[in-house]
Amino acid sequence: MTNEEKYINAFVQAFEIDTDKAKTLEFQAIPAWDSVGHMGLIAQLEEAFDIMMEPDDIVDLSSFEKGKEILKKYNVEF
Amino acid sequence: MTLEEFFNLNPYSLDCQAKEKALKDNLLDLTCYHYEKCPEYKKILDKLCFQPSKIKSVSDLPFIPARLFKNYELRSVEKEKIVKTLTSSGTSGQAVSKIFLDANNVKNQTKTLNEIVSSFIGKQRLPLLLLDTELIKKDRTMYSARGAGIIGFSIFGRDSTYALDNEMNIDVDKVVQFFEKYHNEPVLMFGYTYMIWQFIVRVLEEKGLKFNAQNAVLFHIGGWKKLKDQAVDALEFNRRVQGVLGNVKVYNYYGMVEQLGSVFVECEHGHMHCSNYSDVIIRRSKDFSEAAIGERGLIEVASVLPTSYPGHLILTEDEGAVLGVDDCPCGRKGKYFKIFGRIKNAEIRGCSDTYEKR
Repeated sequence: MTNEEKYINAFVQAFEIDTDKAKTLEFQAIPAWDSVGHMGLIAQLEEAFDIMMEPDDIVDLSSFEKGKEILKKYNVEF
Repeated sequence: MTLEEFFNLNPYSLDCQAKEKALKDNLLDLTCYHYEKCPEYKKILDKLCFQPSKIKSVSDLPFIPARLFKNYELRSVEKEKIVKTLTSSGTSGQAVSKIFLDANNVKNQTKTLNEIVSSFIGKQRLPLLLLDTELIKKDRTMYSARGAGIIGFSIFGRDSTYALDNEMNIDVDKVVQFFEKYHNEPVLMFGYTYMIWQFIVRVLEEKGLKFNAQNAVLFHIGGWKKLKDQAVDALEFNRRVQGVLGNVKVYNYYGMVEQLGSVFVECEHGHMHCSNYSDVIIRRSKDFSEAAIGERGLIEVASVLPTSYPGHLILTEDEGAVLGVDDCPCGRKGKYFKIFGRIKNAEIRGCSDTYEKR
């Protein structure tokens, strides 16, 4: 799986949504992405890329696009 | 000062003068904003003859009693924008407060809590032992302040482990495993004061069990009323926690559902501190004038965070006294204070105080 695929897959798994929906998603845009769901997403991303994110980055990860930007800090290239 | 500018500062860096100016401007803007956006709030302020030009200091700003959130649905954004409705921890028979949050408000609360807590424990995410049950998973859109506190705190940890089962029994094996797995590294714990006392400390003492945390930090919140009835003060609480859990640094914090995020944390000298994001004003109950340093009165809490509901200036039903300003030996700037507890005849409503024994 490419990083792009892994990344999308984390959203799909965390929120039980399809790929197209994932790509435009923002925090709180769907009921599943609330504060509880957010920690689920973080767990998926951390496992997929074998990283541990800082609290600042967890807070800032507020959309699908923003998350990609943040993951670059952890040497995840897209 | 804008919220973004606050986020760029160490959360305890502003001295009294700088903070008064930053907060006065910010809170006055917020007051005018809510005045425009929330019709019920406007009515109240009109009754109080609110005039922005007359505001010279934070203590001049109009405040509303916390219990108004029980009687009215106060909201400054359209209903569709609300993503989370928090309810206060009222016991049965008591009305509950409702706090309406939009996505932006939720984010700012989390961000602020992060700034405050990480100034105590660093940015490293530590293994987290939650001294509670996994009750937050039950209801998602309307969760209680207790659930919100747990979720809000879990960004500071990893491998979140719940110490209590659904029946509030301590899962000894799970906790043993947790401490064994992380015996070489610092761990973080979080819970509600009374729950920790009742379901962890007392139970372990009765069973004669002791854990041996090597290097742990515990944050706890939620009210002392029930513990006071049992004549347990903070020192006794800390001593007994350490007696059953091991080497634990204990931090108590004070917060309320109306102002999540901008919490007040007690430092190593036993003083509650206001961060840059918040302030307390102690008011005399006879005329609501500002009390002098050391004088006991009602606690008004101010926070720069509430934007989707007019909860930025609230008179609580707790009594306290300011102990000093800018000169705590811990080095944190701003006011530090002491909380005496709920005033007589007020409702019981701390998160842990409302837990009813079945």
